[in-house]
Amino acid sequence: MDRKAATGQDGGPLVTLYDEQLPPDNSYAFSPEELEEDEMILNMGPQHPSTHGVLRVELKTDGEIVKDARPHIGYLHRNFEKHAENIDYQGVIPFTDRMDYVGSMGNSLTYAMTVEKLLGIGVGERVAGIRVITAELQRIASHLLAMGTYGMDIGAFTPFLLCFQQRERVLDLFEWLSGARLLYNYNWVGGVSHDLPDGWTDRCTRFLDEFVPVLDEVDSLLSHNRIFIRRTADVGVIPPPMAVDYALSGPNLRGSGHDWDLRRDDPYLGYEGYDFDVITGTGEHGPIGSCWDRYFVRVREMYESVKIVRQALARLPAEGDVHENVPRFVRPKGGEAYLRTEAPRGELGFYIVAEPKKPIPYRVKGRSPCFVAMGLFHEITRGEMIADIIAIIGSLDIVLGEIDR
Amino acid sequence: MITRFRQVEMRLMGPLTAIPIVLAVAVLGTIAALPVLAMVISELTQDFIPPGLQHLVTVAVGCAGFIGILALNPIYAIWLERKVAAHVQDRLGPMRVGWHGLLQSFADGIKLLFKEDLVPKNADPVLFRAAPMLAIVSAFAAFAIVPWGVRSDGAVLAVADLNIGVLYFVAITSLGALSVLMAGWGSNNKYALYGGMRAAAQMVSYEIPTAILVLLVVAQVGTLSIPEIVAAQEGGFLGIGDWLIFQMFPLNLIGFVLFFICGLAETNRTPFDIPEAESELVAGFHTEYSGMRFAFFFLAEYGNMLLVSMLAALMFLGGWVGPFGSNPLLLFVKGFGLVVVQMWLRWTLPRLRVDQLMAVCWKYVIPISFFLLLVVAGVRGVGAGW
Repeated sequence: MDRKAATGQDGGPLVTLYDEQLPPDNSYAFSPEELEEDEMILNMGPQHPSTHGVLRVELKTDGEIVKDARPHIGYLHRNFEKHAENIDYQGVIPFTDRMDYVGSMGNSLTYAMTVEKLLGIGVGERVAGIRVITAELQRIASHLLAMGTYGMDIGAFTPFLLCFQQRERVLDLFEWLSGARLLYNYNWVGGVSHDLPDGWTDRCTRFLDEFVPVLDEVDSLLSHNRIFIRRTADVGVIPPPMAVDYALSGPNLRGSGHDWDLRRDDPYLGYEGYDFDVITGTGEHGPIGSCWDRYFVRVREMYESVKIVRQALARLPAEGDVHENVPRFVRPKGGEAYLRTEAPRGELGFYIVAEPKKPIPYRVKGRSPCFVAMGLFHEITRGEMIADIIAIIGSLDIVLGEIDR
Repeated sequence: MITRFRQVEMRLMGPLTAIPIVLAVAVLGTIAALPVLAMVISELTQDFIPPGLQHLVTVAVGCAGFIGILALNPIYAIWLERKVAAHVQDRLGPMRVGWHGLLQSFADGIKLLFKEDLVPKNADPVLFRAAPMLAIVSAFAAFAIVPWGVRSDGAVLAVADLNIGVLYFVAITSLGALSVLMAGWGSNNKYALYGGMRAAAQMVSYEIPTAILVLLVVAQVGTLSIPEIVAAQEGGFLGIGDWLIFQMFPLNLIGFVLFFICGLAETNRTPFDIPEAESELVAGFHTEYSGMRFAFFFLAEYGNMLLVSMLAALMFLGGWVGPFGSNPLLLFVKGFGLVVVQMWLRWTLPRLRVDQLMAVCWKYVIPISFFLLLVVAGVRGVGAGW
């Protein structure tokens, strides 16, 4: 079966998948007949503490060794793309928030920018600055979650709580800003919903000052722990060519040593004006592209995000109406637009086809980095042990809301 | 406002970290009170009791202390574990039920007691029911040979003063592996089966170095009886100089550390908690257990923790002898100190993978402990004149 066509990756209609292409007996699952002696099918998820949501993985195991693994996705499918065809352009933004629910700011940012591209409008400097700040803070929050849960996957509980403590502080900032702690609906077409409240920037600076030492501490507690390194280095290795073959993006791609970051290589929101480093995996422990590399790329990216937020806060214009460019009606002249940004999990893109003079989009397609990353799951899990499956899922840092949409 | 509250809370954390230590001492006092009380009663009454009944009284006193330990240890150990975890993780832990959450474990126990008695439909009913019983029996039966002091007339305060005490310890703790295996198989659950198989492999592997390290002590002291092992460690510089851990430096120090590591592995504590690895196997061998049966596994785990800690204290750290003479309280201080170290390790370290766990045992722990035994036996042999 052509998976690419089945998932609508080519932009084609989704309906055919269910009618024609999917075999009626769901033969994607392992069948007991194909098992050899000593093999067993182990069903991991969708209710499992470490599959990061409702991912279901079918494992063909021989003792502790995993012979083959098949991920089953779709348990969190909420019809985002079909909903988007029935709601006006602004109304789609809350739905995008619910895609990657631990990186909401990045989703709504990308969608809003795509619609702006369709309309041919820009945003002011203050809005761009606020968007950079929120996007980078969201990256910090998202990577903190990835780091903490990854420690827990490996069995260390303490980094999880220390990371969440800091993540809460980012959420406090966002709550002050937008009124919500998880799904913000903050980026609007042509602006943002609220201007920064008085004193927000001070508290943001204070957070950054206090956050870096804590990050150092958690880093020293977990990243270079010998048990942690032995559990993650040399596990789930994605060689650099394979990372490109499977179209990985974000920290997963950079973990394999590719120097590619959309913020630098395809800049938006004035990212070209910020001074930051693109972090790549070094293969410090074990081969390059191991779980440890991907994990450590995220850890070091947090330091870079802190740098960016500091610069953005310093150059933020004091005056400016954040609703200045918000259009009263969004009615594009037609055409289509695709725009991609560097979301916490990688290249997030939206493809919108507009009908002339209609307030609702004809088609909205989200390009989700997690979904793409799941494509090589079976490649890197084959032959590993059961505990490594958990380590690999965690290192890919998937969010099921974004995979299933 | 939330942030401000959190910062106040954070600032309070510093001094609060001292509280678990203070409370640990208080708890220790509570738990040790029964044995100590029993000993005092026994001391006071020994002159009035006819010699024929002396043995009976000693056993009664031993049992009283034993019950005191077993009834109160898990309850407070669980509370202590939660407090240690909380303070490692920069939070407060249980604070609501009783002063600093001291009664939290009682509340949890009552909750578990009233839970539905569930046996999965396809489970093996006999094995499923028997496994928690065996777990708790093996954990508690091993305490029978744990002495906590000697009376002034030389009688040992223990349930049973066996002259082959350490051998009994090695034998009884092996039963724990069986109970885990029974639970894993009887649950008819793949995750539980994995947990059971892992536990069996792990416990059987780590029993070998445990036995060798027990032999290491026996080779130096020349007896299998625990009170005599302790007696051999009495005296020396400051009252601690003759502790076995300081003898033949650093051989016995290494031996002690290895024994402690084996103890961690045998009690399935992090970094060796692969049989119940939460993130991989949901809950491992006790996935299907709930209510009081689950609580039995829990009690057994905490019983085992205290058991290996006290054994390590008795064999290497001088048991109840120390700088202030001979005192049962000293044994509890040492034992609980090692329990706190176990908890500290659990909340700091990640978990090993199953093959790495085996590698640690077969590649490092067993060869090193054999080497230690060889050297110690050689030195003793030369000393004995051959």
